[in-house]
Amino acid sequence: MADTEKIIEIQVLRYRPEQDKEPVLQSYKVPFTDDMSVLQGLQYIKDYLDGTVSFRWSCRMAICGSCGMMIDGKPKLSCKTFLREYYPAGLRVEALAHFPIERDLMISVEDFVTKLESIKPYIIPKEPRTLEQGEYLQTPQQRDMYEQFSSCINCMLCYSACPQYGLNKEFIGPAILALLHRYNADSRDGGQAERLNSLGHTDEGFWGCTAVTYCSEVCPKGVDPANAINQNKMNSAINYFTRFVAPGGADK
Amino acid sequence: MKMKRSNEPIFWSLFGAGGILAALIGPALVFITGIAVPFGLFYAPDTMSYSNMLAFVHNWLGKLFTFAVVALFLWHAAHRIHILLHDFGVHAVTLVKVLCYGSAFVGTVVAAYALLAIGS
Amino acid sequence: MSNRRPYVRPMDNWWMRDPFFVRYMAREFTAVFVAAYAVVLLFGLVRLSQGEAAFNGWLQYLKTPWMLVFHVIVLATFIYHTWSWFSIMPKTMPIMFVGGKRVQPGTITGTGIAAAVVACLAVLVIVKGMHP
Repeated sequence: MADTEKIIEIQVLRYRPEQDKEPVLQSYKVPFTDDMSVLQGLQYIKDYLDGTVSFRWSCRMAICGSCGMMIDGKPKLSCKTFLREYYPAGLRVEALAHFPIERDLMISVEDFVTKLESIKPYIIPKEPRTLEQGEYLQTPQQRDMYEQFSSCINCMLCYSACPQYGLNKEFIGPAILALLHRYNADSRDGGQAERLNSLGHTDEGFWGCTAVTYCSEVCPKGVDPANAINQNKMNSAINYFTRFVAPGGADK
Repeated sequence: MKMKRSNEPIFWSLFGAGGILAALIGPALVFITGIAVPFGLFYAPDTMSYSNMLAFVHNWLGKLFTFAVVALFLWHAAHRIHILLHDFGVHAVTLVKVLCYGSAFVGTVVAAYALLAIGS
Repeated sequence: MSNRRPYVRPMDNWWMRDPFFVRYMAREFTAVFVAAYAVVLLFGLVRLSQGEAAFNGWLQYLKTPWMLVFHVIVLATFIYHTWSWFSIMPKTMPIMFVGGKRVQPGTITGTGIAAAVVACLAVLVIVKGMHP
């Protein structure tokens, strides 16, 4: 029925804590067609070759952020990456870098989630508001100031890309700092001071970033976390020097 | 999760000032002082003579320019090298900071002293 | 009850893993040459403060082959610094609008590089003007 079947070799970094001392590569030969994603390759392995391979996935259409993994050493969404790109050399699939491996391609997300909750990721109104006041009005330009930063799907590819996070887990990291900026830049929000004083202006916040910018390279949604973080450095520095002088200077 | 305010802005501002200065006029300065004048290209061979250089730094603008170039380039480099060492995995953070920023500070003081000693 | 034993992978030689990281390290490494050049200038400044004989010694030193090689290398790294500085600059700027349209990163980089070309030419011309 099909034309001559192509086979590609997928090497998967296995890690089963109950039996493996450390991760080890295991090779699988997977028949594929040009329309198959790496995720589908993994699903073939699990369905037909080795049911013990563990990996996360959900939407298979690059919106849920579940299937991030290292493919030939680069952080990618496996549902958005195609086997044909790696033919005939084959590919190597590993768990996302800079995170502890729980099992096979699954990483521990505890650190990410804790940090996500810590930055107050919601609109903090400037002043109390009643329903009768109606909706906030926002111009397209006001929306443009934060819209791209709201596209984050929490896939954590940027954390795998960020060597500063890899070297220091205290660093809040690209996605969450981008989200912090997303709320600070929203004209409806009045919580800038809270987010900046104990988070943004710290060594673990904006100042942990050294503008490697690989995070923005790998982001599948064009969030550009490098921009979200680095555009804050100038204001953070100005605020650092003027905070005791300018009236209300400490607030931003 | 209350964390303390970073003091990076001090060093980052110096890094930025030095970086912009180096980016805008660095290549020209290097070409003039290191290649063109010493090897007689395009410029009069006495462009950097003792009397010409003395006249340049006797002028307060010349003093300021020289000081800015030397000091800001040193502070720019200190900050980047400090980060570079951290990136290479050197863990002695305080020692690295003292060595990097300390060197820049020493260079700055030496430059200021030399310029003031030359007088007007 | 838990079979969890999370495995942490080492960060050794992380920057060798990807050409992107190598380029980042190269960009940061230009600082070494900026420092080296500043030190050469600082030496000149100190010699200047020590009198004509001392300063002439420094001038002679600049004419040695090694110093020429040094400055050619330094010139190349300064040009790379200018290029990488303005390439990064769009990431440090807030979202801006000109005439209702969003300013593109390429515009910022292009403007910066153009400014550097103009500034360098200005320096070259001014110095020539000072000692025709």
